[in-house]
Amino acid sequence: MFQVRIHGRGGQGVVTGAEMLSIAAFLGGRHAQAFPSFGSERTGAPVVAYCRIDDKEIRLREPILEPDALIVQDPTLLHQVNVLSGLKETGYILINTNRTFDELGLGDFVKDYRADHLLTVPATELAMRHVGRPVPNVPLLGAFAALGGLISLEGVLAAIDQKFRGTVAQGNKDAAREAYEIVMNQEKKAQAHHA
Amino acid sequence: MLEQCEGSHAVAKAVALSRPEVICAYPISPQTHIVEGLGAMVKSGALTRCEFINVESEFAALSVAIGASAAGARAYTATASQGLLFMAEAVYNASGLGLPIVMTVANRAIGAPINIWNDHTDSMSMRDAGWLQIFAETNQEALDLHIQAFKIAEELSLPVMVCMDGFILTHAYERVDMPDQAQVDKFLPPYEPRQVLDPNDPVTIGAMVGPEAFTEVRYLAHAKQMQALELMPHIAEEFKKVFGRDSGGLIKPYRLDDADTIVIALGSVLGTIKDTVDDLRNEGVKIGVLGITSFRPFPIEAIRDATENAKRIVVIEKCFAVGIGGIVSRDVRSAVQNRQQSVLTVVAGLGGRPITKASLHKLLIDTVADKLEQLTFLDLNWEVVNRVLDREKHLRRSGPIAEGILRDIGSVSSGIA
Repeated sequence: MFQVRIHGRGGQGVVTGAEMLSIAAFLGGRHAQAFPSFGSERTGAPVVAYCRIDDKEIRLREPILEPDALIVQDPTLLHQVNVLSGLKETGYILINTNRTFDELGLGDFVKDYRADHLLTVPATELAMRHVGRPVPNVPLLGAFAALGGLISLEGVLAAIDQKFRGTVAQGNKDAAREAYEIVMNQEKKAQAHHA
Repeated sequence: MLEQCEGSHAVAKAVALSRPEVICAYPISPQTHIVEGLGAMVKSGALTRCEFINVESEFAALSVAIGASAAGARAYTATASQGLLFMAEAVYNASGLGLPIVMTVANRAIGAPINIWNDHTDSMSMRDAGWLQIFAETNQEALDLHIQAFKIAEELSLPVMVCMDGFILTHAYERVDMPDQAQVDKFLPPYEPRQVLDPNDPVTIGAMVGPEAFTEVRYLAHAKQMQALELMPHIAEEFKKVFGRDSGGLIKPYRLDDADTIVIALGSVLGTIKDTVDDLRNEGVKIGVLGITSFRPFPIEAIRDATENAKRIVVIEKCFAVGIGGIVSRDVRSAVQNRQQSVLTVVAGLGGRPITKASLHKLLIDTVADKLEQLTFLDLNWEVVNRVLDREKHLRRSGPIAEGILRDIGSVSSGIA
């Protein structure tokens, strides 16, 4: 089972992001379970959503305490909420930012993590450019599709079509594709460095 | 067809496929997405021959459903928590009149203190109101149970509450196998009422009954629930023939063969319990799980038979009767009376506190070692409790408990862990 925890703020599409991740995994033939943290969501308040992915039925209903991957939609949360709590040593971190892990003050925390598991993508910028609104959830899913082959970019694009219509769907698809390319390039660099 | 969707959406679609004729809607979390989904289907024309009525309260929601059902319509509504309490008088009327309304309860705690999260206190408060109460473990089962509920309700002329864990199921996206209209039509015939308000053939539904016959009317309500014990397994069989799935019935045994210890629970927590029990089995512990699908009627015989060879039974329940202890476990005790088995009560998951595998694992290890007390509150923070008790001992004006506790634990607003 692969467990993803998404952190963001109310209004950034955190819950929708987890739901779409589960749709993309489902379309890839997996079992998936997505659910929100059930807070009293308000615009700007910290929000958490979860997604489990497995090859068999998922029965577990507890919140994800030890994620295999973290998606951070808003890096300002890093110093307010215990975002990194429980992340496995082999885990992935994907952050919406145009800064580096060192610049975000995470250099020390991530020093034992694999370089190709640490990724950043300027998802808000991509969303502003392609969708016209600061909703980083979809580009982050595009970026996530570039990691480890858990979900495919095609799955993300199909999930976008299930959730959105018209120009919003098109803009999100363009943003997801660009984020995918950005992360693919980072991955190649990190792996070359690793090798 | 398989689809990945929200639990509320799965239930809304199942209700729509059951061809309801009147839907009464009043929003309350975590039920709202269900009636919103149905409203959208009526508006778009996807659900036809159905009147969607926005009412002014939960009391009105069920009262309008009662009127619609008495006039011969297949009627549906949904609620949760305080909403169910607000319609309490109508809840008793619907069952007392024998009207086959189906209502979803998206289980949520009851205030005060106000809490929007999941536990079973709401539907448990209506356990003796004469409705059938069936509990869903997964979104697939919630979907299936709604289709079965209309059939069970109409066969018996009794209302059915389908209980599903608020947020944990209603707001979870997971895979469901959505039936098509032809399948549902094959399983669920059009509503043929036992009683109907018809100007051409007038009857009184709701005649006043005095001491001369009240006991008999009430006994018949009980007799009908006993008939439900016979009927529900048959309906589950019929359902399997049409849809190819095991869903519904009275109880769900899991790894009970040779089990010395049996865990009993209702609803979505069964999944986490089964995962924990699998781990314990791998460690060599002889333990199994018994899920209760039908809480009303309570399947005394089925539970008695399923637990016959166990040394101990532990009931994990998301509710409790203040001043005495467990609710489900008390009923379980009546099923296994005169046996040398301990029946232990564990209260867990109140007001949305997560029930984790780690906590369950520790709890069940203690259970097997006979170290558990009769009544246990899972993950209860004694430090917090004792601080309040201490404050009350030393201060006359100790203040409101809820606010004091939030201050003690340093939480400015109640929220996520």
